[in-house]
Amino acid sequence: MIAIFRTMLSRELTLGLRRKADALMTLFFCVIVASMFPLAVGPEPALLKTMGPGIIWVAALLASLLSLERMFGADYVDGTLEQMVISQHPLPVIVFAKVLAHWLTTGLPLVLISPLLALQYGLEAQDGLILVATLLIGTPILSLLGAVGAALTLGLRGGGVLISLLVLPLFVPVLIFGAAAVDDAAAGLSIEGHFSLLGAMLVAALILTPWAVASALRISIE
Amino acid sequence: MAAVAAIFIVLTGHIMKINWFKYASPASFYPLAGKMIPWFAIPALILAVIGMVMGLFVLPPDFKQGESYRIIFIHVPAAWMSMVIYLAMAFWAIIGMIWNSRLSSMMATALAPTGAIFCFLALWTGALWGKPTWGTYWVWDARLTTQLILLFMYFGYMALHAAIEDPRRAARASGLLAIVGAFNVPIIYFSVQWWNTLHQGASVTPTKSEMAASMASVMLLMAIAAWLYAIAVTLKRVRCEILDRERHAAWVSELVDEAK
Repeated sequence: MIAIFRTMLSRELTLGLRRKADALMTLFFCVIVASMFPLAVGPEPALLKTMGPGIIWVAALLASLLSLERMFGADYVDGTLEQMVISQHPLPVIVFAKVLAHWLTTGLPLVLISPLLALQYGLEAQDGLILVATLLIGTPILSLLGAVGAALTLGLRGGGVLISLLVLPLFVPVLIFGAAAVDDAAAGLSIEGHFSLLGAMLVAALILTPWAVASALRISIE
Repeated sequence: MAAVAAIFIVLTGHIMKINWFKYASPASFYPLAGKMIPWFAIPALILAVIGMVMGLFVLPPDFKQGESYRIIFIHVPAAWMSMVIYLAMAFWAIIGMIWNSRLSSMMATALAPTGAIFCFLALWTGALWGKPTWGTYWVWDARLTTQLILLFMYFGYMALHAAIEDPRRAARASGLLAIVGAFNVPIIYFSVQWWNTLHQGASVTPTKSEMAASMASVMLLMAIAAWLYAIAVTLKRVRCEILDRERHAAWVSELVDEAK
């Protein structure tokens, strides 16, 4: 089981690193979306400072949404995914490796670029760090939940828009606690609760979603 | 006590004798559903008329909210139904997954539009009530926001079902989505509630007086009417769904020939 996990992870990471443009596109999308808001609402520093955490979170959320279609798309088209589903190895483990690789190539870069965005919005250094921490816990949840939507919409017309409709409502709790933690830290309130809840959601998603994704893939492939 | 127990045993004996799995087949459920519809539709109509007349004309206005409170006779049952129906959808989806029965996934599909309509109705009446009471059509109150997200989840379910051509895959995929969604509804509800209390406190909760017994009983009447209506409409829709999915089956063409 560990062997198949390792094989899958290295395969996915290799593929991800060879298609650098895909990962970079997601990253730039996030940066561009975050840069559109000041143009729309005005360059008022106080306003941007209060809106910053929420905007950066929404930008990261949209960016990870955009990359979901690629998670299973190419493997579905060339039939690799079918081989994975009918192989004797446990499908949830394969799925978990794929999601982890997806997060490492698209989610993690978002986390790493976020201090720069925090700086753009004039967040204090400490609040910026908290933003990075919430994204670090939150973006894997987005990848895991998003994988369910990606697996359900495999090969459908208008799949990309459909995924958004399916998974955005599920992203709500993550968005709320992620952005609220930074707000509350800036207001000097305790943020332990937010991190505990984000952590709890991550654990629950880690345990449950690989099975949900596996059964969704079986439904879509048969 | 012993007599009650005896009656209970006899009754359960009779219920056990019915072959429930017979009705898991669309062909035998179709006529049964047709017979059941009037038993739900007519009481629903009667109760709704009584409830509306009582609620809109007979009951006195509320001493705090005046006439605008009357919207609760539609609003509260609609809000309840919208949540119950989502859970019912997930229930049928789970049954469909375990026993792989076509009828249960058809039930889930048939429930979705009714749930979405109730959800929309709850939001719309809530907005109309909010204007005179809170002075605004919309606030980002925890319950309003959860209801809105629930509406999006209904849309997502129906969109996924509509996007998949193969009926078998459509039923199974949207069923899985309903199950995942049902797990998330409580999480969304509590997170939205906490988010709201963190941001703006309980400023928007109406200072509700204890509801008078007469109002509560009319509301209950309307809630029962909403249940009966939902069951009747769902049965009607599941009949259409059965005909659509079974249109190549022999019994459907016999049915069509009889109708001619």
